[in-house]
Amino acid sequence: MKLSVSVMLAAALLSCSCFLCAAQGKPEKTEPTSVYAELEKAPAKYRVKPNPLTKEKNAVAAGKVLFEEHCAECHGENAIGSKKAPSLRAKEVQEVPPGTLFWILTNGIVRKGMPVWSKLPEPQRWQLVTYVQSLGPAEATENRTPAKP
Amino acid sequence: MNPSRVCHLFRFLLGALLTFVVTGFLRAQENPYMVAYDHNLEEPGNLEVEYFSTFGTQRGGPNFHAFWSEFEYGVTAWWTTELYLSGQTTFGDSTVFTGYRWENRVRPLKNEHWINPVLYVEFEDINGADKILKEVEGHDVESDFLTPNGLARQERKHEVELKLILSSNYKGWNFTENTLAVKNLSNEPWEFGYALGASRPLTLKGAAQKCNFCLQHFIAGVEMYGGLGDRYSFGLHETSHYLAPGLAWNLPSGWTLKIEPTFGLNDNSHQFLLRWGVSYEIAGFGQKVSQLFKGKSE
Repeated sequence: MKLSVSVMLAAALLSCSCFLCAAQGKPEKTEPTSVYAELEKAPAKYRVKPNPLTKEKNAVAAGKVLFEEHCAECHGENAIGSKKAPSLRAKEVQEVPPGTLFWILTNGIVRKGMPVWSKLPEPQRWQLVTYVQSLGPAEATENRTPAKP
Repeated sequence: MNPSRVCHLFRFLLGALLTFVVTGFLRAQENPYMVAYDHNLEEPGNLEVEYFSTFGTQRGGPNFHAFWSEFEYGVTAWWTTELYLSGQTTFGDSTVFTGYRWENRVRPLKNEHWINPVLYVEFEDINGADKILKEVEGHDVESDFLTPNGLARQERKHEVELKLILSSNYKGWNFTENTLAVKNLSNEPWEFGYALGASRPLTLKGAAQKCNFCLQHFIAGVEMYGGLGDRYSFGLHETSHYLAPGLAWNLPSGWTLKIEPTFGLNDNSHQFLLRWGVSYEIAGFGQKVSQLFKGKSE
């Protein structure tokens, strides 16, 4: 009896989990203007933080490798966004201080699907910032107002 | 069975297979811990398939090889769920399936802090032959493993395990402290345990070209874990403890390899365990599966 109850409980919890897994793919309803709103939440001490790798020759190349490995899946190969995540070539991203992007990478936007990337060491996060901001602004292809930042 | 259900099931299985084959990889950034957890959760929508193995020495009885598979899925950026299936071979005895575990890790705070808490809840339906040593709790000691499989597997354990994971990243290092409380639902007392870990990549900067052997892909660490008794006899008396240096190799192709020789720290512990594991992360798994159900392509 106890066994069947526990199996039923586990099955119910698993079903619930599967439902949520499937729901995960659904785009959240987000206002177009709010996609980049998180950038404004970066604390002042991060906004003024200079990029320590601006003069480093390999920072862009290393950042590109890291971007392809960790970010391109959601933000697209050329960082122009996809259904899963917004363009990083938008003016809003390209023109913010590098410290703001570093803060977003470090903290993620976990309630909206952007994971925390603090597991990457600081120098790698700066390499990513350097690469993203080296790309310059560009129009997103298919989805200018994607679901999750 | 209803033919339309068969059709749906077939479609699901085919889709799952195709999903597995065609989805992109994502390079994992796994710490070398086998027992301790840090605060890094699975990326949302990604599925990590893992296989782990533990070879254990046993005084007074045959050595064993315990193994388990994990299916770890990032439901959201703040919630990871994971299913384990485990078994073991005791040399000169038999090979048995020892049960399943279902765990959930939730990150309650939005931002990164000096110390980042993660709440962990796990349900276990295992039998007494379980030897994976995924956690050490209460008065778990080496001699518990002497019972022959045929007898040990008759004992069923339905347990709930709670953990508080406190983890920090500082200058490339990860430090993590886990405390755990386990309750066997068959009216047994709460049991307690701990795990501590520290790890760091061999270099902090990324290389300018893709490479398998760059130092950034190797993370070295050490963990220590053990039991802390139970509700009626809390403390170190008749508990076992382990120290385990480990290395994780996170390949750019999405594979991660881990190895961890483990040493028992007192007479109640197994003298030596050799653990290793391999995992593969499938990016965008959840989205592909949900599209399959919706019947439309990206």
